[in-house]
Amino acid sequence: MAKVLVVTSGKGGVGKTTSTAAMGAALAQQGKNVVVVDFDVGLRNLDLVMGAERRVVYDLINVVQGDAKIQQALIRDKRVDTLFLLPASQTRDKDALTEDGVSRVMDDLRERFDWVICDSPAGIERGATLAMRHADLAIVVTNPEVSSVRDSDRIIGLLDSKTAKAERGERIDKHLLLTRYDPVRAESGEMLKTEDVLEILSIPLLGIVPESEEVLRASNLGAPVTIANPMSAAARAYSDAARRLTGETVVLTIPTDKRSFFGKLFTRRAA
Amino acid sequence: MALVFAPEPPLEEWLGELDEWSKKSPGYFVGRPIILDVSALPLDKDGLAALIANLHARDIRIMGVEGTKASWLSLGMPPLVSSGRAAGAGNVADIPPLAAKPTAKPDAPAANAPTANGKPAAELPAPALQPAQPASHLHDKPVRSGQSVIFPQGDLTILGSVASGSEVVAGGSIHIYGTLRGRAIAGSTGNASARIFCNKLEAELIAIDGLYRTADEMEPQFRGRPVQAWLEGETMAMATLS
Repeated sequence: MAKVLVVTSGKGGVGKTTSTAAMGAALAQQGKNVVVVDFDVGLRNLDLVMGAERRVVYDLINVVQGDAKIQQALIRDKRVDTLFLLPASQTRDKDALTEDGVSRVMDDLRERFDWVICDSPAGIERGATLAMRHADLAIVVTNPEVSSVRDSDRIIGLLDSKTAKAERGERIDKHLLLTRYDPVRAESGEMLKTEDVLEILSIPLLGIVPESEEVLRASNLGAPVTIANPMSAAARAYSDAARRLTGETVVLTIPTDKRSFFGKLFTRRAA
Repeated sequence: MALVFAPEPPLEEWLGELDEWSKKSPGYFVGRPIILDVSALPLDKDGLAALIANLHARDIRIMGVEGTKASWLSLGMPPLVSSGRAAGAGNVADIPPLAAKPTAKPDAPAANAPTANGKPAAELPAPALQPAQPASHLHDKPVRSGQSVIFPQGDLTILGSVASGSEVVAGGSIHIYGTLRGRAIAGSTGNASARIFCNKLEAELIAIDGLYRTADEMEPQFRGRPVQAWLEGETMAMATLS
């Protein structure tokens, strides 16, 4: 039974697209058939992070409007062959998405894949509500700072009221993914503590992804961090989160990069 | 449940008050079922039609009219309704204080047995003859940012936290079994005896009967603590619930 997962946050720049790519790749690396769908029509980025920007011919809008078949628009990843991308259009805007069209595409994707991961645009308008509309479960990406937490809270409210599942009176599973987490700054009180975020949002924690240069490097290389550098702290955090999502029990730790550990060691020696 | 409008003469003054009220809470009446009770007004047929048109012009749609003759309500006007409610609509449910829960003893009946007063005091009072309208509403989920929970008919109980950027509004008192980070507005329909209770106060704003206090104006010692707020005349009093 296919699962539709929406990656959402309300606020921009918290790591939705990065997380979509990394989680999608991690699930595909674990043998699942995965498609990542970019809903950020007009500001598409997922194709860049997936390294597929030169291979886009047709996009989500073409499929939604019936100008192209879904097979024509799907792009298979060159590194993991169970991973596909359905790109967004850069030249159109979110008004080009129709409710019926999106619903048809989602039904079609459900039949072809184990996981359909929708990368939501920021905000709470049409693009974001359509991205979450058909989801069975949601990953709420949050940074440990107050504005991100409040926006996430708003999105959780929408997930509980505006999704098809919620309108049928069912519950949509929501998972918190805390990204750009900096253990040093959290310790010194410059960032919200994990417990505080959990207390405010009161949804289960799927994983904590540390702030890492590897993520930026991977994005610029056009590869999800779980493919570009599977041993990095962020990649391990994402693959653990992906395993939790499939029902495995994985002890929650905050992975750290070895380099930063040595870095600390050196500074201590120097002092 | 519907809101009941019961205009009192002079009508002009009442309409003025209504306007002031809607100015304070814009959109409050939009999409809300409203019943117009005209029993206190000396209106003729045309006067009634004019009043309904007047309310329409304020975007207030009347679902039914009470206290008039059915024959006065022509086609295109709301139908006549008669409420079966007792007059004591202002009654609010008596909620036990927060401290009551932890002190309840599970072994109370056993301890009572050897005493002269053999029967445990657990007998329920005889149920009221008429089923009273519940003047309270229970919201058993957290209130998320951007949401509002509005219950003008009476008390509101929230099981969970009220997020920053959300609001809870009640005609009666508000009880929050969680952290209050958003706005709580009690006694919104003009009830000065309404109170606000919360397990942890981090509120942006609290208001009772139109009198409000922002986060900046709250004494710092109440922050992060279980607090109640009420009105003492024209000032808002606050105290911790120990």
